[in-house]
Amino acid sequence: ERIILCCVLFSLRKNVEDFTGPRERSDLGFVTFDITADLQSIFDWNVKQLFLYLSAEYSTKNNALNQVVLWDKIMLRGDNPRLSLKDMKSKYFFFDDGNGLKGNRNITLTLSWNVVPNAGILPLVTGSGHVSVPFPDTYETTKSY
Amino acid sequence: MLSLDFLDDVRRMNKRQLYYQVLNFGMIVSSALMIWKGLMVVTGSESPIVVVLSGSMEPAFHRGDLLFLTNRIEDPIRVGEIVVFRIEGREIPIVHRVLKIHEKQNGDIKFLTKGDNNAVDDRGLYKQGQHWLEKKDVVGRARGFVPYIGIVTILMNDYPKFKVRALLFPACFSHPSYDSFTKTQAGPCVLHVCCCRYQCALLCLLCSLFQYAVLFLLGLFVLVHRE
Repeated sequence: ERIILCCVLFSLRKNVEDFTGPRERSDLGFVTFDITADLQSIFDWNVKQLFLYLSAEYSTKNNALNQVVLWDKIMLRGDNPRLSLKDMKSKYFFFDDGNGLKGNRNITLTLSWNVVPNAGILPLVTGSGHVSVPFPDTYETTKSY
Repeated sequence: MLSLDFLDDVRRMNKRQLYYQVLNFGMIVSSALMIWKGLMVVTGSESPIVVVLSGSMEPAFHRGDLLFLTNRIEDPIRVGEIVVFRIEGREIPIVHRVLKIHEKQNGDIKFLTKGDNNAVDDRGLYKQGQHWLEKKDVVGRARGFVPYIGIVTILMNDYPKFKVRALLFPACFSHPSYDSFTKTQAGPCVLHVCCCRYQCALLCLLCSLFQYAVLFLLGLFVLVHRE
């Protein structure tokens, strides 16, 4: 399978109250990305669907490891296995647990997938293309999307 | 004279047959229990096999699918994994996917889950004031799955009478193999004896397997909540 992750034309952060959960002021990141992938070779007679997800992995002062799913997609057997997505916005809010996004130089975005068979093992596979994104040092107060 | 002897024979056979059936059943129950406990140890999960009861993970898992779990401590929780977790105060576990994790240097981890078929994450399902799940809430990670078979467990839970009938069903067919020995005493041809023995052994095996399957599915008391 061929995966090209080209990402993030720009990303901003805001220091806002995490309205999706704990009411602390946390960093909120905005990421825009492109994905080009050909997953034809993964589909065989025992693959019912692929659960694709784009996850961001990074390290902060508070937490040694953070992983956030930004976007996901269910690709059923029979669907077009070639993805060519441009200018995608994240599906889920990219909230940090604290203020670790500001000035964070190394956020790694990876496309992974969970193979759901007709019956059998459920493997989790990480794709080969991954991209590193630095977040800016300052907060943006204007809306990005 | 002849008929009385025959009746004695029959009465004796029936009692032995009964004892044999009871012992056979007892053995199957205890070995099924041993296998279940053994699985618990090997996988590290208190519930190594669960049945999916809701449609919150469709189209991957449907109601009635069987999931095989492991819960090894050395396997870290990462996003994208399918976890079975229990919310404090609720006894029925939930099968959803990990959406977010924050792990500290010392290994303390807090994570958020979401069902594939749900529009929002699970914060609405957690306890009042709870925003994250922790390792202690996890029953296991789904490693393998078999479709449809768990429907039997759901049926047995919804229709308790079915439980009893399913368990006793093989008793109608189980014939102890010593039956063939009495036949040799009566003196049929050798071929007939061999056939009888083979048929009885095969039936015995099939009945035992059926009883194992029923017991296992019956033992799957852990069902996934409707959310």
